[in-house]
Amino acid sequence: MCVRQCAFEAHLYDPETLEVSSREEVCVGCHRCVTLCPTHALTIRRNSLDFRENANWTPWAIRNIIKQAETGGVLLTGMGNDRPYPVYWDHLLLNASQVTNPSIDPLREPMELRTYLGRKPEKLELDYSGERLQIKNPLPPQLKLETPILFSAMSYGAISYNACETLARAAEKLGTYYNTGEGGLHPNLYKYGKNTIVQVASGRFGVHKEYLDTAAAIEIKIGQGAKPGIGGHLPGEKVVEDISKTRMIPRGTDALSPAPQHDIYSIEDLRMLIYALKEATRYTKPISVKIAAVHNSAAIASGMVRAGADIIAIDGFRGGTGAAPMVIRDNVGIPIEFALASIDQRLREEGIRHQASILVAGGFRNSADVVKAIALGADGVYIGTAALIAMGCHVCQKCYTGKCNWGIATQDPYLQKRLNPEIATERLVNLIHAWNHEIKEMLGGMGINAIESLRGNRLALRGIGLTDTELEILGVLPAGR
Amino acid sequence: MGQKISGFEKEISGCSLTGFICEDGKRINGEAIIRSIASMNERSNGLGGGFAAYGIYPEMKDFYALHILYEDREAKEEAERILNESLLIELKDKIPTRKTKRITRPPLLMRYFVGMDENRLFELETSEEDYIVHIVMKINTEVKGAYVFSSGKNMGTFKAVGFPDEVGKFYRLEEYEGYLWIAHGRFPTNTPGWWGGAHPFTLLDFSVVHNGEISSYGINRRYLEMFGYQCTLMTDTEVMAYLFDLLLRRHHLPIEIACKVLAPPTWEEIDRGDGHMELIKALRIVYGSALVNGPFSILLAHKNGLIGLNDRIKLRPLIAARKGETLYMASEEAGIREICSSPDRVWAPKAGEPVIGWLREGHLSEFESSRARIPDREESKPMYSVPGVC
Repeated sequence: MCVRQCAFEAHLYDPETLEVSSREEVCVGCHRCVTLCPTHALTIRRNSLDFRENANWTPWAIRNIIKQAETGGVLLTGMGNDRPYPVYWDHLLLNASQVTNPSIDPLREPMELRTYLGRKPEKLELDYSGERLQIKNPLPPQLKLETPILFSAMSYGAISYNACETLARAAEKLGTYYNTGEGGLHPNLYKYGKNTIVQVASGRFGVHKEYLDTAAAIEIKIGQGAKPGIGGHLPGEKVVEDISKTRMIPRGTDALSPAPQHDIYSIEDLRMLIYALKEATRYTKPISVKIAAVHNSAAIASGMVRAGADIIAIDGFRGGTGAAPMVIRDNVGIPIEFALASIDQRLREEGIRHQASILVAGGFRNSADVVKAIALGADGVYIGTAALIAMGCHVCQKCYTGKCNWGIATQDPYLQKRLNPEIATERLVNLIHAWNHEIKEMLGGMGINAIESLRGNRLALRGIGLTDTELEILGVLPAGR
Repeated sequence: MGQKISGFEKEISGCSLTGFICEDGKRINGEAIIRSIASMNERSNGLGGGFAAYGIYPEMKDFYALHILYEDREAKEEAERILNESLLIELKDKIPTRKTKRITRPPLLMRYFVGMDENRLFELETSEEDYIVHIVMKINTEVKGAYVFSSGKNMGTFKAVGFPDEVGKFYRLEEYEGYLWIAHGRFPTNTPGWWGGAHPFTLLDFSVVHNGEISSYGINRRYLEMFGYQCTLMTDTEVMAYLFDLLLRRHHLPIEIACKVLAPPTWEEIDRGDGHMELIKALRIVYGSALVNGPFSILLAHKNGLIGLNDRIKLRPLIAARKGETLYMASEEAGIREICSSPDRVWAPKAGEPVIGWLREGHLSEFESSRARIPDREESKPMYSVPGVC
């Protein structure tokens, strides 16, 4: 059993001696064999063979040097930044009502999570001419969400067909959206179009008229939290028949996404692409622009809104990836908490916050992170890794190898079959339902019965263990004040 | 970035409120409203009481009446310097008061009747009202120890630390006659008694008395800041006054619609409704940050009308009654019965449904422009029906 389960060949069976042996050094810690072992014979622990203690030359630093000395290559990795940087969500605490305003019980009273994403006018103008009072001009296109949670961009190619189908089905059931990433849209998934955000990225893979028409919204991808400033690379081995068709590239060729979009070298170029897409879809769909959270995100975001973006998506430095150079993932970008706080504040100072919705992404682990992000000013939250974990991912960070034992980040037909979209959909829907319940409890506790009253309501937050500067950037008061 | 996190002390308070409007424009002296609010003294704790009255300065009705509190002489000098620079002061005097037992050491209370230089408005390319708002904000934020109580025409706000009946006596309200009165008794739990912190909160012709705590204060305030409103009083009621100012005066929404912004129907009700819910849906989408969440009952007075409103799930009391041409609203029925022993009708307004009394034709000014075009409606019923709610 274990031998068959491990794509990394950590377990070996010798047919001559009839014995199973293991090669601990190749184990990635994905728990596939442990989970499925019928006799519970397996446990995985960190190998105790260690280097001599050294606070600077950690085993991690030494091993990386050894690897690079052998290969002369860039170190690759998968998933989000795993270094021990501060997680600011864990330094924010929520408020609750006591005595002077009643908390609200979500089991007895309506508790509303519905969210609309898209550009809003500053004010509504009314038409008094008819019998009934009406709005004068229709609103710009909006995405309607029954939960403030969406599924992040993950391309067909980076993840398996079954994983894509799972995201699509779950998004439909939940009344939310998933994002195709830059891998195009498989024809079988067109039926989930009204719950699909399609991406237009630097490689333009799979972008054509039907692709744009099918989607509920279009996202221009400028950058990604795991690898800001870096393009993408889907190795030729992963470009199997179906993927080659979906991406519209020859089979077996490397799918290279350039680092920049070669028609966007400036903000005015971005404006042209935004309006090209709006024209192409006759102004029926909101256009989102996604960037990685970097040092001057606030100014960039302001430019994006002025360039016509209806939604801006910001991916923090914890954001996941199918493959990225480790040095980039671990060292480039800033925490989403800071990027979000400064962008929301900047857009308000400039009086343009209503012109675009803000989506944030990058390492959201639970419903409390989501609530805190909304209180900081986000309209919605993209989750990627959390969704994959619900499907079965154990965060072994080997997505870039294509050998995912859980059938998620692989194109190997044998491994892919391990992910049953039926079951995975149910698990993913369960996860979001659970988070919705928790979000409602937190809202009710604060005496709020609609999520728009939490959005940007930073008085719902207090900081703990933060410096004055950090508090100022986040726009929250310290606990106790 | 210049972002400031204000040291925020939300006003946490339980309160009593009452108010009435004589729709025929009949003017009544302040004695009645004092009796009404005094009957609910149990709901306040002596840390704040206040009144707003409309129609009290008929001789000066063309001038903005500024009621200003000064904590010291410097504040007065500084504020008067601003006033002299920017406005034409027609008349200035002390607000008449009388000594009472428990209201001690009152601050300087002045009132100014001001007009403005049209050339200056022309130069600044602004409207009269925006200019007044600008001056009020300027005094409130820049002059330490000065605070503008009210700034409307033919109306005024009178407030102090004390039980409301004492406050009424202190200000000699029986000497004023108005067609619309609102009053408030405060029960704050965590703020020191401060004269400026008492209700009503007034800006131009709008004044608000409020019983409640706004759980959405944080976002309501940030939303208002986008439109240049500075919330300086560190209380949430101020937010209510500014929201109404924004929605009614600057966005030209009819009052019923503005009430639906503050206390909208649930999505479920909107989904169930037919086509005309499109408007309400759009309101929620566009004005989500103006939704006032948390328990409240408020009375909003304007020179042309009186509006009572509850939060969307009615977490605070509000009772309405009508007798002839007069519409009464109060936290308790007792407050109404005290001054109107046999009303024609008494009812409890539903959550999120505004109760509105209008000054009749002839007394309307610019405000009727939006109102006149709204189809007729019965009192206490909104102009569109919200299924399952009314």
